[in-house]
Amino acid sequence: MIVRILGEGQFKVDDAIAAELNQLDTDLETAVEQGDEAAFTAALTRLLAQVHAQGTPLPPDILEPSELILPHEDSSMDEVRKLLTDEGLIPG
Amino acid sequence: MGVMKRVSLVFKAKANKALDKMEDPRETLDYSYQRQLELLTKVRRGVADVATSRKRVELQMNQLQQQANKLQDQARKALGMGREDLAREALTRKSSAQSQLDELQTQYAQLQAEEEKLTVASQRLQAKVDAFRTRKETIKATYTAAEAQTRINEAFSGISEEMGDVGMAIQRAEDKTAQMQARAGAIDELMASGALDDVGGRRDDIQSELDMMSANSDVERELARLKGELTTGAPKQLEGGAPNGDATAAQGYQAPQQSQGPYTPQYTQPQQPQQVPPAQPPQQPQQSQEAQHAGLPVSDLPGLADERQEGDGS
Repeated sequence: MIVRILGEGQFKVDDAIAAELNQLDTDLETAVEQGDEAAFTAALTRLLAQVHAQGTPLPPDILEPSELILPHEDSSMDEVRKLLTDEGLIPG
Repeated sequence: MGVMKRVSLVFKAKANKALDKMEDPRETLDYSYQRQLELLTKVRRGVADVATSRKRVELQMNQLQQQANKLQDQARKALGMGREDLAREALTRKSSAQSQLDELQTQYAQLQAEEEKLTVASQRLQAKVDAFRTRKETIKATYTAAEAQTRINEAFSGISEEMGDVGMAIQRAEDKTAQMQARAGAIDELMASGALDDVGGRRDDIQSELDMMSANSDVERELARLKGELTTGAPKQLEGGAPNGDATAAQGYQAPQQSQGPYTPQYTQPQQPQQVPPAQPPQQPQQSQEAQHAGLPVSDLPGLADERQEGDGS
């Protein structure tokens, strides 16, 4: 499975940890829904750490879309909300 | 559905929308390739812009450092001439310059990190664009309508995600650079105005109170140290050159009776005003003239400030 971290590039991650990532992702989503910035930051940090630890960077000349895309590590909750609702945030 | 999946769907939707606009699939390849090259140019320009900002901050840091050194020197001279009020003013300003310098150092590190990120992003995009070009040529050479659409879609969605990512990275870098340029502009103005003391920052009252206390104690410590140097070096100088009590009285400062042994502060500290009457270092007219003739942003802060005030008064 290919995961992108915005601002960092793509990582190849073993499908076996998908469940774990999904659990963390659910925490992230709950935090965004509840507007809990502290929980959001904590969840995002754990998620990124997990991808960094378990994933291997994809060679840059591989043209593959990612299955999952993670926000920048210094993203605010506001930015992530825009990312989800407003396509305007992605230029082009 | 989780956040990660939704973000990836937003990216895919974007790519599909662009694909749907094209009538001939082969057009998509060429059009997309043009866009990729444009984006590459843009990200490289982004790197250059951040580097320019970083250099500007570096320049300001040098100026501030020189200014701090000069003020330190002025403080020593002023004290040598028995003008403790002037020395205090110089050291107060030096302390302000130093805190500006510390802030700039943080900004400098941030800009450096941003520059690195963009450089890596530009290299990654370059590799993807090269891969895309190769695939584009292959698809065109072996073009059969049946399979072309799928292969084009694959190539296109692969690169379009990268382009979205890089596009955002450029945007973020631009935003950060703009913020820092605004800040750098403010510091330039501050340096030119000679009012380095009162930086209208966004800090809360307690923080500025704490900063003031710490700045004051820095000044006292420096003052005591310089006095110590003088006392051991030339004790007579201080005894002869007692202050006249003009500007010093206004500052709630009482000149020490004698300067013997280790220095102990004898003035009423807490009411030290923020705004101090213009200082007049003896060597200052010459510096102001130099600055005016050179037509440069004046790093000699007391010189310029005094010059201006004298002009207003007459």
